[in-house]
Amino acid sequence: MTSFEKPDSLAISRRRFLHRGAITVAGAAALTTFPAQKAQACMECLTEKLDGKYPIGKTTLVGDQVVPVSSTSASVTVPLQGQYQPELAEAMDPTRYLTAFDYGRVTPRGAGTSQREYLVVAEDKEIEVAKGLKFPAWVYNGFMPGPTLRATIGDRLIIYFENRGSKPHTIHFHGVHPANMDGVFEVVPEGKTFTYDFIAEPFGLFPYHCHMMPLRKHISRGLYGTLIVDPNPPRPTATEMIMVMHGLDVDLDMENEFYAVNGVANYYAEHPIEINVGEKVRIYLSNMTEFDLVNNFHLHANMFDYYPNGTSLQPAELTDTINLCQGQRGILEFSYKYPGMYMFHAHTSEFAELGWMGFFNVKS
Amino acid sequence: MDATTHTSFRLSKSLAVLSAITPLVLLAGLIWWFFHGGSQLIERPVPPIEQISIRRVELKPGEFKLTIRNTGPMPVEMTLVTVDEAIWKAEFSPSPHLERLQEATVRIPFDWVSGDPYKIELFTASGLSFEKEIPVAVETPTPSARMFLVFSAMGFYVGILPVAFGILWLPFLRQLGKRWINFFLSFTIGLLVFLGVDALHEGFEVAGALPGVFSGVGLLAIGFLLAFLFITGIDQFLRSRPDAEGRDASLILAYMIAFGIGIHNLGEGLAIGSAYASGEIALGALLLLGFTIHNTTEGLAIVSPLARSRVRLFHLALLGIVGGAPAILGCWMGGFSYSDIASAFFLAIGAGAVFQVVWSIGVQMMKTAEGNLFHLSNAAGLMLGMVVMWATALLVSA
Repeated sequence: MTSFEKPDSLAISRRRFLHRGAITVAGAAALTTFPAQKAQACMECLTEKLDGKYPIGKTTLVGDQVVPVSSTSASVTVPLQGQYQPELAEAMDPTRYLTAFDYGRVTPRGAGTSQREYLVVAEDKEIEVAKGLKFPAWVYNGFMPGPTLRATIGDRLIIYFENRGSKPHTIHFHGVHPANMDGVFEVVPEGKTFTYDFIAEPFGLFPYHCHMMPLRKHISRGLYGTLIVDPNPPRPTATEMIMVMHGLDVDLDMENEFYAVNGVANYYAEHPIEINVGEKVRIYLSNMTEFDLVNNFHLHANMFDYYPNGTSLQPAELTDTINLCQGQRGILEFSYKYPGMYMFHAHTSEFAELGWMGFFNVKS
Repeated sequence: MDATTHTSFRLSKSLAVLSAITPLVLLAGLIWWFFHGGSQLIERPVPPIEQISIRRVELKPGEFKLTIRNTGPMPVEMTLVTVDEAIWKAEFSPSPHLERLQEATVRIPFDWVSGDPYKIELFTASGLSFEKEIPVAVETPTPSARMFLVFSAMGFYVGILPVAFGILWLPFLRQLGKRWINFFLSFTIGLLVFLGVDALHEGFEVAGALPGVFSGVGLLAIGFLLAFLFITGIDQFLRSRPDAEGRDASLILAYMIAFGIGIHNLGEGLAIGSAYASGEIALGALLLLGFTIHNTTEGLAIVSPLARSRVRLFHLALLGIVGGAPAILGCWMGGFSYSDIASAFFLAIGAGAVFQVVWSIGVQMMKTAEGNLFHLSNAAGLMLGMVVMWATALLVSA
């Protein structure tokens, strides 16, 4: 899997980034309107021309762009910028997912904004959600949860959606957009495509999910993810992570047997997340749990600033436990004072002991 | 038989052999064809439902130990284990992969609290779960000298003592007239019918809980008929012996009753032993007393045919042992290595034996009742027998 090689240096990846932008200007000009039937052609051009390989973890502002900056702690690359490659999705795991932000194919758009194109593919796929335990999931871009789409406020988002699954699906984004971009009435049958096109606003953290009935089934089978809209200027530099809390209804009886963040039960307990003392950590946390009304996040031996929905730059509270109902989300910021192994988990002990548990390994 | 029609179908020896093996050869061919793609037509693309049966749960200090068996039609891959809805470490030996009908043990290190209830769930790779409830956590007895003694004592209380007490009614029986003797024989029939029906009911219950692959109800039929025919055979054998004329037929009948009741008590011991081992009758003293009272009438049943015959003390003692001692054996088996298959089988054997004895007593009475088998006193005896068993059973329905 050579595509997962770590970039030699930041300079190289940034050059490739700009190079890619130049290629796509011409293509984007032809796409001034975005009828659904053109989505297929667009996906072809994406897969042909894009072989994005980006360092991830931190973001910074370059000109008027939010671009990724290579991180000292996260050593994983994201090859999925703006596209979907099944063979690369095979190698996806919760550690990679943690810092895999999909910035889309970027074209400058003026007034400090960009046009960002993403490809999201829905399909049926068996996911190993715990050691040896296979779950017949419905997924966006080959993993459960779906890709973390990321943009800056005011950006034009063009999301090419292709349904390769065995049931009709949609993508319903939270946030502000026209009715026909809401992914409720515009059912995308099996084998068909749809293009979502809207301006990213306001800044904040927005879940997205399939809105087909029965809703609980379509969501609990894995069709959910997160859209992050960064403010402009962006939040201060930090080590950023996405965490989607969710249940695992492994026997499909509309009750959760297990719980997890980012797809796999107990993954971060078995693969602790490495950070450094004093390193500023920002977690984009959302709750996509079905069947259980509330899920929560508790951080050990520390306190975090909490920004509900990520729609403010001022924290609402300093706490160590936050409760989220279904669909609720927010941003957590903290850094560790002392080195060591620290647990984080659902404070609903039942969920914690059924897989929603992990560790930060804080190094000095 | 008409010899001429018989011979008209006669084949040569080689053709006869051919006729004997042809169906088998065809069957073998069909099996071969099925395993070489022939079954494709009827195979469904959906995965067959996995089936795991949890055969035994043992509680050791700091550990749950489960014995599981794959009773489904396909191999099964075991994955996560939860105890009270919390993922727990578990060790499968020899392997979490179970071929069809293969057994494995699951060791779960767990610091359980004595007296608490627990729920263990085992998950397969496809997300199906199989659940075992432990109503009361009590350490599973290991075959130690002390436990051996405990189970022996239980069997003694439940089997030997009550049967012996009942046998002591014999001198009283001897004082009664013929009508009263028949009354008590009818009483015995009523008592045995109750035991037989009860054993069958329990047998169906245990057999129904067995995994389908073991055909529990079929097993009951086998056990029932086996016992019935075995006792009938022994009866025929004893009566056909040259010296049978001098022997008292009533003693044979008494032994048959004792044997039937003995097997019934074996099943009872199995149930008591396994319930004690699994902690279901942690407060067992009152329950044991109930069984003792319930079983006292069994002794009366054994000696009821002997009211008019001379019996040596040796035979009385042996009758008591035949009728009561199997309870001890049952307690041992139930306590140390309970098996629901064996339990269902023994219950069926008990029922078969009991109903055979009912039949034999009926035949015996028919000979002596001078055509008035359903005399009011006989009918009253039968009903009283059943009612007494029903009433004393209230004491043991825990």
